[in-house]
Amino acid sequence: MAGFLETLGGTVLSTALDVAPIVGVLVFFQFAVLRRRLPNARRIVAGFGYVLIGLTLFLIGLEQALFPIGETMALQLAAVDAGAGVEAGAGVEAGTEVLGSVRWDDYLLVYAFAAAIGFATTVAEPSLIAVALKAEEVSGGAVRAWSLRLAVAVGVAVGVTLGCVRIVTGTPLPWYILAAYVVVIVQTFRSSRTIVPLAYDSGGVTTSMVTVPVVAALGLGLATSVPGRSPLIDGFGLIAFASVFPIMSVLGYAMAATWLSRRRESHATPAEES
Amino acid sequence: MTGVLATFVRGVIGAIRDLAPIILVIAFFQIVVLQQPFPNLGGVLVGLLCVIAGLTLFVQGLESGLFPLGEEIAQEFANKGSLAALLAFAFCLGFGATVAEPALIAVAGEAAEVAAEAGAIAADAAARAEYAFNLRMVVAGSVGAAIVLGVVRILKGWPIHRLIIGGYVLVTVMTLFAPDEIIGVAYDSGGVTTGTVTVPLVTALGVGLAKSIRGRNPMIDGFGLIAFASLTPIVFVLLYGMVV
Repeated sequence: MAGFLETLGGTVLSTALDVAPIVGVLVFFQFAVLRRRLPNARRIVAGFGYVLIGLTLFLIGLEQALFPIGETMALQLAAVDAGAGVEAGAGVEAGTEVLGSVRWDDYLLVYAFAAAIGFATTVAEPSLIAVALKAEEVSGGAVRAWSLRLAVAVGVAVGVTLGCVRIVTGTPLPWYILAAYVVVIVQTFRSSRTIVPLAYDSGGVTTSMVTVPVVAALGLGLATSVPGRSPLIDGFGLIAFASVFPIMSVLGYAMAATWLSRRRESHATPAEES
Repeated sequence: MTGVLATFVRGVIGAIRDLAPIILVIAFFQIVVLQQPFPNLGGVLVGLLCVIAGLTLFVQGLESGLFPLGEEIAQEFANKGSLAALLAFAFCLGFGATVAEPALIAVAGEAAEVAAEAGAIAADAAARAEYAFNLRMVVAGSVGAAIVLGVVRILKGWPIHRLIIGGYVLVTVMTLFAPDEIIGVAYDSGGVTTGTVTVPLVTALGVGLAKSIRGRNPMIDGFGLIAFASLTPIVFVLLYGMVV
């Protein structure tokens, strides 16, 4: 119990410290620059309080329930699959020789875990919930919050899985990210103008309090267990994958939705006549 | 009263739905793949209750606190008409939101280790702490600049894709010249800057500005601030790696 209270106190303190600069900026501009009382000030302050208490509880719960298992699991899965690769490379110290002995498909279980956990952590990501709710409100329901979140989660799943393949194969990070940029640029010119800003935004919001710790542990575990990889050099990059691929999946989802509705319209007309 | 209760129940159901995938994935891999029991099952269940309660409260607070606050402030700045004050606010919000972000502090520390290993800086603790601190300031400053740029874009009604694609081109060119060890850190830094309190506030600020300026569409012009906040840190961290 004492341990739990200690975690509680620590988390409350760290959330408060994290938010203090923003609150400082808001208070300063509200009172020193704008000098106007907010309408509904009490409701807004209460809402801010809800957010802080909610995030604190959320973080405590994650640290209590999901992070320890998720992080251990990421490390264990990487180690279990590494078995074959390590045997093949046993006793070989020089980096280049070890590289040849690692096959990308030695780690299928890790890829499955990466895809599943990337998807699942993104669905639970509070910042994404916020942006999706706002997008549904602003678009008057044309963009559905739940569909947007699913599209983003699929993007993160694909991105994190590819990121794991990259760590295993040791191919350079810029190739993947710059290639992804090219795909995004092509998609941008083929998409409707209304979805583009939202798609770009969804790249940045996916990697937050739930996704980052688990995905970082996965990258670290994988880079540690694959022979010839250094956690310091190769452990980075998964977050980058998780922030670029959702842009693609959201644009892709919007393109598919437009295409489907056009097809339905062109099919519907003759059907009504009969 | 029944209205409040119904909202609350809906919130809890929504939170359970949001968390179901992560619970299922972890349970499946723990029980079926790794074939291990759950350590400390009681603690896990208490933790899950906390997570569900926390997410429910957060979503309630979004609707009644952060969203109205962001839009209110945007409207007041638009009415006041002081461009300097608005841009100063935009910079401070971006900087303040990022400077204390725990994920950024962690990444900056790791980046300092990478730099020390590569021999870019001295290997002692003081040099590493200085490198990490400067890196954090660079990223926070770049997020501040990003929000300023994003706000100017909303005011002017510039199309977002030109700026973002320009950013991509810049990142591509800089990647060619930046030292290898900074590239991974730089690409990751774009993802870690946007915290959970910042995102709703900044989104509401953008949408609020686009709503209160005539001729702007909140869907086309209101979104996009977060996109800038995740692109500029990549550029600035690459630059930092080239300069240091």
